[in-house]
Amino acid sequence: MAEARCLQAHPVTVMVEEKVIVRLDGVDVSFGGSQVLEGVTIDIHENDYIAVLGPNGGGKSTLLKVILGLIPPDAGTVEVFGTSPEEGRRRIGYLPQYARFDREFPITVNEVVLMGRYRGPFSGYTTMDRQKVTKALDTVEMSEYGDRQIGALSGGQLQRVLLARALAREPELLLLDEPMASIDPDMQRSFYELMAELRDRMAVVMVTHDIGVMSEEVVEVACLNRKLFHHGDAEGGAEGLEAAYACPIQLIDHGHPHRVLRRH
Amino acid sequence: MLEILQYEFMRNALMASVLVSIACGVVGTYVVVKRIVFISGGIAHAAFGGIGLGYLLGVSPILTAIPFSLVSAVAIGVLGHRERISEDTSIGILWAMGMALGIIFIGLAPGYAPDLLSYLFGNILTVPVTDLYMMLALDIVILGTVAVFYQDFLAISFDEEFATVSGAPSRALYMLLLCLVALSVVVLIRVVGVILVVALLTMPAAISRQFTSRLDRLMALSVLVGMVLTVAGLWLSFVLDLASGATIVMVLGTAFLLTSSLHRPSTA
Repeated sequence: MAEARCLQAHPVTVMVEEKVIVRLDGVDVSFGGSQVLEGVTIDIHENDYIAVLGPNGGGKSTLLKVILGLIPPDAGTVEVFGTSPEEGRRRIGYLPQYARFDREFPITVNEVVLMGRYRGPFSGYTTMDRQKVTKALDTVEMSEYGDRQIGALSGGQLQRVLLARALAREPELLLLDEPMASIDPDMQRSFYELMAELRDRMAVVMVTHDIGVMSEEVVEVACLNRKLFHHGDAEGGAEGLEAAYACPIQLIDHGHPHRVLRRH
Repeated sequence: MLEILQYEFMRNALMASVLVSIACGVVGTYVVVKRIVFISGGIAHAAFGGIGLGYLLGVSPILTAIPFSLVSAVAIGVLGHRERISEDTSIGILWAMGMALGIIFIGLAPGYAPDLLSYLFGNILTVPVTDLYMMLALDIVILGTVAVFYQDFLAISFDEEFATVSGAPSRALYMLLLCLVALSVVVLIRVVGVILVVALLTMPAAISRQFTSRLDRLMALSVLVGMVLTVAGLWLSFVLDLASGATIVMVLGTAFLLTSSLHRPSTA
């Protein structure tokens, strides 16, 4: 599936398929003496679709925050779009963990998504920014809700709005932190359909502790429990996933789009 | 009610109510939505050190309170971001140290400290005209800053992490916001005193929040609610011969309790 779609969608860009957009090398992170990430080395390529699996507290969110330059590593190097995370992160769309949000915050859907176009002080928002907001809300099928206060949305709807905020940046890399938490199975399915569409336009890295919700579309799986146990092609199979989840971890295969593309 | 306007101190008090409501409506909105009520309380109490310094130097305590509360705002911001000190702890430390410094300064100042109580508990009836001008100037600074940084403050208030990733200098903006809190504290000291400042910074916004779900409208409504209720409190204190600052706080608090029990906050 993924194979065929990749080839069709990128007939001309096959050559740049292997371009590395994020490179972590030997990254260590510790909080208050306890090691959260240890020697994490991973490359993320253009058009990758990676699921980072692992138990709670395994360092998954920390990994995303290291890529975003929110947490400086104690050791190791982080390169984002060939530069520092602080510079490169402007090209990343980020969907943080849903639970963090104050649903009572006096803000409308439009205003939230507009923040995806935020560039810094004194720059303001332009008409173009507002058009991109409309477009992003369209993509997540939330255009009718622009004037709603966020507290009036269901969990799945708010999750879509937050995704629209990330998309409004027109990112080249999408980082999703537990996107499936607190949304019902129907919504999860349509969320994955959306991902499948988006994945043609950008690289996607998704963090989840719930293997059950992993999409068939996911091309690669990385298992993180302090150390990155493996990163490679995914292969469906509950057995392998369970093994992975128990950590120490194995990799699971599920189609080989990158290998196919590599031959070109 | 109108006859009270024939007194100059009453006209000044009304002016003070209006000026105070502008500061606490606008800044109080951020204080409430960003949940920095106790940071604001810490800054307010630390400002007492500045008031003591004014007594010691023989200048207007309001004048010395400005740099003092600005410094304590920045100090709370800096200390609170250190890994080893929680923001909670740094608030507590600055809160107490500011008060202590104020007491020491006042003790060192020659002679008796006149109207010390009015700085602690506020006395809107004794606000001199010079202080009104200072409050007006501070209001203009606050409004101007919020006008320029409205979107930025909104971004860091709603989701500081995302704002940072998008290119917001979040730490600097947060410090700036705390400095606006510090300036509002100075505006408010004359009216309700350092101990009751938190009431005016939170209650108008907390009341208004139940009726609107837009930040800009929340600010406007908070200013309006603040004006009506502080003037009501002022009038009540005049009629019943009660302490003005405390009466204003009681009016605000009662209004909050009434509105929140009668009005189920709607999320629509």
